Amino acid sequence: MSEWWTYSLRDLLLFSPSTYYRLFELYNIEWWPLQIFALALGMIVLLLLRNGSDQARKAIAVILALCWLWLAWAYHWQRYASINWAASYYAAAFALEALLLLWLGVIRQPPGMAEARNKSGRSGMVLFVFALLAYPLLALLPGRSWTQAELFGMAPDPTALATLAIILLGSVRPAWWLLPIPVMWCLISGATLWAMASPDFWLPPLAALLASAMAISSARKFSGQT
Amino acid sequence: MTTPAKTTPPLNNSRRRLLGMIAASPLLVALPGLTRHSQPATRAIPSSGEALPLVGLGSWISFNVGNDKAARDASAEVMRNFFQAGGRLIDSSPMYGSAQEVIGYGLTKIGRPAALFAADKVWVSGGDAGRAQMEESRQLWGIPRFDLLQVHNLLSWEAHLPTLFTMKANGRLRYTGITTSHGRRHGDMEQLMKSQPLDFIQLTYNLYDREAEQRLLPLALERGIAVIVNRPFQQGALLRRLARHPLPSWAAEIDCSNWAQFALKFVISHPAVTCAIPATTRVAHVLENMGTASGRLPDQAMRARMAAFVDSLS
Ligand SMILES: NC(=O)c1ccc[n+]([C@@H]2O[C@H](COP(=O)([O-])OP(=O)(O)OC[C@H]3O[C@@H](n4cnc5c(N)ncnc54)[C@H](OP(=O)(O)O)[C@@H]3O)[C@@H](O)[C@H]2O)c1
Repeated sequence: MSEWWTYSLRDLLLFSPSTYYRLFELYNIEWWPLQIFALALGMIVLLLLRNGSDQARKAIAVILALCWLWLAWAYHWQRYASINWAASYYAAAFALEALLLLWLGVIRQPPGMAEARNKSGRSGMVLFVFALLAYPLLALLPGRSWTQAELFGMAPDPTALATLAIILLGSVRPAWWLLPIPVMWCLISGATLWAMASPDFWLPPLAALLASAMAISSARKFSGQT
Repeated sequence: MTTPAKTTPPLNNSRRRLLGMIAASPLLVALPGLTRHSQPATRAIPSSGEALPLVGLGSWISFNVGNDKAARDASAEVMRNFFQAGGRLIDSSPMYGSAQEVIGYGLTKIGRPAALFAADKVWVSGGDAGRAQMEESRQLWGIPRFDLLQVHNLLSWEAHLPTLFTMKANGRLRYTGITTSHGRRHGDMEQLMKSQPLDFIQLTYNLYDREAEQRLLPLALERGIAVIVNRPFQQGALLRRLARHPLPSWAAEIDCSNWAQFALKFVISHPAVTCAIPATTRVAHVLENMGTASGRLPDQAMRARMAAFVDSLS
């Protein structure tokens, strides 16, 4: 679109809120009962976080990478692209994040890095549990349906938030290259929700900005100590 | 009671302009008591004299429903009712997500009505990419050719207009056009209206956005260019704003019982406007919109009263 920057966000929204939320409903129906598997994966990540060993940290990175790859294909490419032409670019970005997770979290992961036990570590745990267990409950907001629930590993917002949580927990280091895509996604998602006048529009961007600020400050402290 | 003499500025002598007025005139006369099943009023496309109903159908957001079968069927139902109510022109663009595909689905489902006037756009940089995009759009609609192709928001018009003129000369297209919206690039549009042999322009015009009245609408009349009006309801914002106020009692004089009819009648009664293209997801709304083109239309004095009234509300 020419002069696209002079349009308001609401002018650029391509679909109605009902079409957007129905997309999650159809996607959930198509892949049921994969949601149970996704939830189980989230629980496994929690267990691996408790374990904290090098192997456990690598396993977390693999799980997250698989989730991002899945979202690139099944959500963005197969579903979201049907109502938003920009989704093919999102698919590429999500696939890139998966590769970064594998590269930095598995192949290049330095050994013997303990899970962050400081303030940002606790915030990371809160954010992860929120993304895993509370985020799907947003589907109970007025006008939506539980069949439209957005789950970790299946929907982009909770997966991006969970990834930021893992970065906060210091499980994958260095995290600099992992931050931009989830943060950008949370901003895009917040803008989309705002344009649709969804009451929860502030959640993904706020969580992303807080998480990345904390991750950056704790990484600074960490590098100062070593 | 409305008469063409009252609603229309002085005519120029061009033959095609005259043809247009002849086609429009019997229908601009008041037709009280018509039901929604009566045929909508038409206005002639100046470059050909072909009659187009004053109300068409947009597809931005409303038809971008992706692969949702139930929503696709609902869109097809809107289209079926649109054609049954006498509608012809459907407008879309490659920018509108799945809208073109959903239109194609609907047309196949309801049996591709002969009355269809297919209007689409080219929205990409570069001539080759434009040709490829227009062909892809045609396949998505599932039609042998478009009636009208427009350069969306004037994007890469230097590359696309020659293509469109060639397609028209070769009989692969019936009309050419350019679009803008939200009041943007009116200066550029004016230049192109003066320099290019365009059949159509498309722009935003409604009770609140009336800038086009200053130059572009009179110029379209003068040069014999058909005008499609987008965003007649400001994508619903105009109706939400007006809903806070009661409809004036005199709206009944032009057969209006709600703000949507009031807003649409204002747009289509401008003598330069060939067709307004409200988008909707609802059968009741498409019927109501078509119905506005079959009752009485405001004359110039009434149009001024409507605009002044709406201004006084804000
Ligand atoms: N640059 C360009 O070329 C350009 C730019 C903008 C638009 N356009 C074209 O112009 C078309 C129209 O513009 P638009 O879609 O932006 O906005 P619009 O037609 O002004 O408004 C559409 C909104 O009005 C509501 N509506 C329709 N009929 C109604 C009625 N009788 N009563 C109450 N509400 C009614 C619809 O809701 P419901 O679904 O509930 O009926 C929808 O939300 C577009 O679809 C597109 O084809 C072109």
